[in-house]
Amino acid sequence: MGKRDLLRGNEVIAEAAIRAGCQCYFAYPITPQAELLEHMARNMPRLGRTFVQAESEIAAVSMVYGAAAAGVRTMTSSSSPGISLKQEGISYLAGSNLPAVIVNVVRGGPGLGDIAPSQCDYFQATKGGGHGDYHMIVLAPSTVPEAGELTMLAFELADRYRTPVMILTDGLLGQMMEPVELPEPIDPASIPAKPWATTGASGRDPNIILSFDLDPEVLRQMNLDLQAKYRRIEEAELRYEETMTEDADLVIAAHGTMARIAETVVRRAREEGLKVGLFRPITVWPFPYEPLRELSSHVSTVLTVEMSAGQMWEDVRLAVAERAATPFYGEMGGIVPTPRDILSEVRKHAG
Amino acid sequence: MERSVVIAGFGGQGVILAGKILAQAGMDHGLEVTWLPSYGPEMRGGTANCTVVTSDSPVGSPIVDEPSALVAMNRPSLDKFAALVVAGGTILVNSSLIEAPIERSDVRVVSVPLNALAAKIGNARTINMIALGALIKATAIVPLETLKRTMEKAFEDSGKAKLVAVNIQAIEEGYNAA
Repeated sequence: MGKRDLLRGNEVIAEAAIRAGCQCYFAYPITPQAELLEHMARNMPRLGRTFVQAESEIAAVSMVYGAAAAGVRTMTSSSSPGISLKQEGISYLAGSNLPAVIVNVVRGGPGLGDIAPSQCDYFQATKGGGHGDYHMIVLAPSTVPEAGELTMLAFELADRYRTPVMILTDGLLGQMMEPVELPEPIDPASIPAKPWATTGASGRDPNIILSFDLDPEVLRQMNLDLQAKYRRIEEAELRYEETMTEDADLVIAAHGTMARIAETVVRRAREEGLKVGLFRPITVWPFPYEPLRELSSHVSTVLTVEMSAGQMWEDVRLAVAERAATPFYGEMGGIVPTPRDILSEVRKHAG
Repeated sequence: MERSVVIAGFGGQGVILAGKILAQAGMDHGLEVTWLPSYGPEMRGGTANCTVVTSDSPVGSPIVDEPSALVAMNRPSLDKFAALVVAGGTILVNSSLIEAPIERSDVRVVSVPLNALAAKIGNARTINMIALGALIKATAIVPLETLKRTMEKAFEDSGKAKLVAVNIQAIEEGYNAA
């Protein structure tokens, strides 16, 4: 094992972005992701890279658009209300096929909400929070080390598919510390060439990056191309994890922070003799419908647990259909269900 | 074995730092750990707290509903968390500020006059390290030497090497008082 450091989720996401070759970071401060911005402020200038504390979230995401169009790896981060402000820019990034990473350290909503952990931005992240027929790849880490790994992956996927990628986490994972073996920095030469980027047209034809065409036939084709890309992503990039599902009668479906809390529930339930497992989507878009559909035909119950009113629950029900019961347990407003809370829900439905 | 500690007190009593050093010591001792702070508005003036989980296998929930130990640096913290401590667990009470008896007979209560010991050392800000010394004596989460080494490195890394000696003294005072 290499050297382990005790670090906050927010710091690890920032450091992983640096190690993934992020050249330009633009953001506006908000709790509970402040440490992410602070880590970038301390380190990006020292490395000769660009850190800008923008005048607003909209400015920050627009700067990301510019940097992405110029062909460099770029990121912005915020928390729920700030991410809402960025939706216009995210739609433009998607429509223009631009690679960028957006981090949402979710807090309680709607509106100004509070600063406590929540998963209430799942719909916004996975169903398209901005206008138009688009998706982002959305990665949902459940531990601090995984937040680092998925941030590295986010940059890679963004470039591979020329698409915005979101890290969807929450205030709990952002604030907590855990031992981490930080990923090795990438070799900058490994970043794919971007012949489409607007790097100055001297000696070649101009590159034009737009999400706009007044001719419906042309815009239709742009949309068909986008959809074809999303189908390729669905084919190739599904990520999920199953824990003790082989003989399970009840499976908890949970992502991110809730999934790691559910791991403790699975352990306690097993001690009581209850056959309980865990299904954890790591990509919440694309959602692992097929694996969950397959699993649901061997169990009697899929219990969705979220820090929301039941947002991922809709995807779970789409996957499971009528193959198993699909109860839901959730908390809102920044209340984090404890293992005991979830276990008592499990007991209601198990056996 | 998984163990969990809630460290709670007034903002300014150093509970967040105490939790960080305990978590770091756990990691230095080869354990898996999580450290989770309260980061809400309650930190201003009310109670601040953090939760440390240590385990020899990966930690699941960093949210703890039945802590195996509570460090109550003041009365509001005791009132808030004492009922949660698992039967057979440990409650470390700052007897300098808490006079009320603990209304539980199924936990081990360790009373240490943190403020009085800090006054004896001559540095009021050492109460958190006195508490940690007492906690690890009562619970053996990490060895005394590991805690001292971790604290020393943490203070040196943050440019406070001159405070190492007094905090070593604080850890030992707490250890011997528990």
